[in-house]
Amino acid sequence: MPERPRIRLVPLAASLAVFALVLRAVHALPDTATGLSAEMTAGAKASGIKNVVTAVLLDFRGYDTLLEIAVLMLATIAVLSLRTDPDALSRRISGVAGPVLGALTRAYVPIMIVVAGHLVWIGSSGPGGAFQGGAVLGAAGILLALSGFARPRWSSGAPMRWVLAVGLLTFIAVALLPLALGGTLLQYPDESRKSLVLLVEILLTLSIGASLTSLFLASASDTSEGERR
Amino acid sequence: MTTYDVYVAGGAVLFALGTYGLLERSHLVHKVIAANFMGSGIFLVLIGLANRTPTPEPDPVPQAMVLTGIVVTVAMTALGLAIVKRYFSETGRTTLDADEKPGERR
Repeated sequence: MPERPRIRLVPLAASLAVFALVLRAVHALPDTATGLSAEMTAGAKASGIKNVVTAVLLDFRGYDTLLEIAVLMLATIAVLSLRTDPDALSRRISGVAGPVLGALTRAYVPIMIVVAGHLVWIGSSGPGGAFQGGAVLGAAGILLALSGFARPRWSSGAPMRWVLAVGLLTFIAVALLPLALGGTLLQYPDESRKSLVLLVEILLTLSIGASLTSLFLASASDTSEGERR
Repeated sequence: MTTYDVYVAGGAVLFALGTYGLLERSHLVHKVIAANFMGSGIFLVLIGLANRTPTPEPDPVPQAMVLTGIVVTVAMTALGLAIVKRYFSETGRTTLDADEKPGERR
């Protein structure tokens, strides 16, 4: 006989309480919000980065983004060190793609790399940016590894680790640079603002792509693992 | 009832569902999924609130914060699943319940 679904009281009460809390917090806000749209649009115009969200992410609130990349890198390092069997994926896919998957991968991956580059470039004036580009690049990396084109061994090699680190290291260097010039942290010099943001974005895209690929590949396991137990 | 109310209410519902799942489910993968629900709920609330400005354009700051949050959620999910997987390979258990026998269905 199937077990009757039961509702437990304590989780239910906690869930209703947080629901009420969120609604209460939102309704405690003043009716008309001034927002920061005007300031941000004006600031973005002055900085030469036309997409306001990109300007917020990498310029006005660059500190958030810097810490966010640090979180992503920490998670990647932690996941890589939690692996029980680094070679599981290479054994499992054995490096041979079927004809359909092979042909599709050959067709898609170059397109995905171009799309990632386009997303980063367009990010200064429209929707796009390092994270969107990095996500596409990460998907391309996963596709390559799963179809056996790039041996997943590179996912734990030294070159891959440098690609992982280059985004965060460059961002930290760019953030610290103004301190040497007498400014404050992350205060880009006005004349090179756009080029610095673009440099950070491009290297971040590579690191994010590499990190997403590594996060995925690190969790691969032998197919037999489930049956063994 | 404006559009932003719908987003905020939907976000609050997702957050509450996630809280319930996180506390009620004992399977660790379910807990990771529930934490994702909670994150998505907060993102919806923030996106809804970004629309409250008097100008037609929504406020870019909450949008950027959500974008930051999504990446942090990805990192959290990956780390959570890696820990669950390692825990399973060490103990054969899928919950934190010490009485669970390895291979037992939950």
